[in-house]
Amino acid sequence: MKSGRFWAWVVFALGAAYFFIPLIATVEFSMRMRRGVYSLDAYKVVLGDPRFQATFGYSVLAAVFTIILGVLIVVPTAYWIRLRLPQLRPVVEFITLLPLVIPAIVIVFGYIRMYGSSSPLPFLASGRGTDALLVIGYATLALPYMYRAVDTGLRTIDVRTLTEAAQILGAGWGTIITRVILPNVLIAVLSGAFLTFAIVIGEFTMASLLNRPAFGPYLQNIGANRAYEPAALAIIAFAITWGCMSLIQILSRFAPRSANRPN
Amino acid sequence: MAEPFLSIQQVRKSFGATTVVQDFNLDVEPGEFVSFLGPSGCGKTTVLRMVAGFEEPSAGKIVVAGKDITRLKPNQRNVGMVFQAYALFPNLTVAQNIGFGLKVAGMPKADADRRVAEMLDLIKLPQMGDRYPYQLSGGQQQRIALARAIAPKPKLLLLDEPLSALDAKVRVSLREEIRSIQKKLGITTIFVTHDQEEALSISDRIAVMYGGKAEQVGTPFEIYNRPATKFVANFVGTLNVLEGTVTDAASGKVRVNAQEVSLKGKLNGSKSGDTLSLALRPEAISLGRHPGRDSSLSGEIAEVHFLGSVIRVRVGIGGSTVSLDTFNSPATPPPAVGEKAEISFSSGDMLVLH
Repeated sequence: MKSGRFWAWVVFALGAAYFFIPLIATVEFSMRMRRGVYSLDAYKVVLGDPRFQATFGYSVLAAVFTIILGVLIVVPTAYWIRLRLPQLRPVVEFITLLPLVIPAIVIVFGYIRMYGSSSPLPFLASGRGTDALLVIGYATLALPYMYRAVDTGLRTIDVRTLTEAAQILGAGWGTIITRVILPNVLIAVLSGAFLTFAIVIGEFTMASLLNRPAFGPYLQNIGANRAYEPAALAIIAFAITWGCMSLIQILSRFAPRSANRPN
Repeated sequence: MAEPFLSIQQVRKSFGATTVVQDFNLDVEPGEFVSFLGPSGCGKTTVLRMVAGFEEPSAGKIVVAGKDITRLKPNQRNVGMVFQAYALFPNLTVAQNIGFGLKVAGMPKADADRRVAEMLDLIKLPQMGDRYPYQLSGGQQQRIALARAIAPKPKLLLLDEPLSALDAKVRVSLREEIRSIQKKLGITTIFVTHDQEEALSISDRIAVMYGGKAEQVGTPFEIYNRPATKFVANFVGTLNVLEGTVTDAASGKVRVNAQEVSLKGKLNGSKSGDTLSLALRPEAISLGRHPGRDSSLSGEIAEVHFLGSVIRVRVGIGGSTVSLDTFNSPATPPPAVGEKAEISFSSGDMLVLH
């Protein structure tokens, strides 16, 4: 028993070292900008760069719109599949997995052919139109994560009975989704939202090929031309991700528990 | 005769090639408590779901208070329903759950709050308004579900096996509570159950269902004492079934294990030589001869189970075994296995199963 515990700690220590050593090395390197002493100069440079603020702000806004679009598409779809069309579940799952195997560049070239300035729907002819296409593209990229998160959330509640209970009390579909289903899968939706946020913040291909001022191309540009700032940016990105994860953990404490949970 | 409040007329439901409910007819009077009783898969829940609007009948119609509701959506029917799995909304407090239907109906908040408080008093949980469903026991959750169903004052209350997820003690107390609330409000109620004791104890009438059909509709007394079919007789209560052969149809003589029993007026057109299934409830049988019991059969004690206040005795008669219960008497020891015994009964209590 004691020896089992010892080896468990050894495995834990190895795992922790594998995870933390590169991180510590990155932090350490990011603080070496000033010769001979540790400083936060790289962070100051990055955070003070107007391009950082502009691109980060742009990507955050794009992420928010992507999340809204994702929720509007995925929650009703996953709900309806569970409630009325369970036989279509494998098909929908397959479709949601496609963005993992079809590269983003294919979507962008598809966009250029479909929505170029000479096409009947010239979305790419204007900045706003291109932004809209970028958000739609991001929603597609995030689809596997958002769908799985929401579907897992729906699995924890008795969708059919709750729907019928709301219906018999006079509720229409809008009320059922907004007042019964969505609040009960909110944590799952938030998980999907944070994953979407992480994908959008770091996405490079689409933003770059559509020539949008997003954070991904900025990261690439800094990485290619500077020494210490990319390390500082990597740590900032880590901090944002961890912040998101912590938020999921905190919010999940407030999640409604199932009424059917045995006492 | 007064118009029925709920009228289910020639209703049929098929899923693909399978017909689960066929030609179901039932009229329910205002304020009546009717139970659908039957084994799993007999179609009782499907009929209830058609009344609720969750399933659309393949044929037939459903009329409530003179209005054809067959094609109406569930949220247009003004029907309350309690589900087996409680189905309380986990994200809402007890008060919000009860007030859900009122809010959807657009009732002003002050009125809705008053109605919620009234409902909490009715189910005797006045302090529970701020709790969440997961903080309540199964029995409490089901009472909240009942309060939620009746808060919007529905025309009809549907109860879909509301007690089957609860433990035995809570089940008994809650069924009495449901019945007393139903009587107090005078709400027409349909109750689905597979538990015969539940159905017998709280219903005005019972529809015993089998194979998608109503085998018999009647009061609990009629269902128990005058079962119309073999299935009803077997399904409701404990029954001893004996095989008999008609020896003289005119005088109603039937031979049971080489002993003769008189069933005058009960043979319903059977001819001499026909084989019949004869049934006797355990409480209609006494051990030994008793005055007023005109028929008897001899056998041998096969089993004796001492259950405290009651002793269950099984008597072997030819190839059959008959169960009967006798009250425990400290002065009289229970019969011994292997002893010769005679059972007596009134021939009027014997049922001929068709």
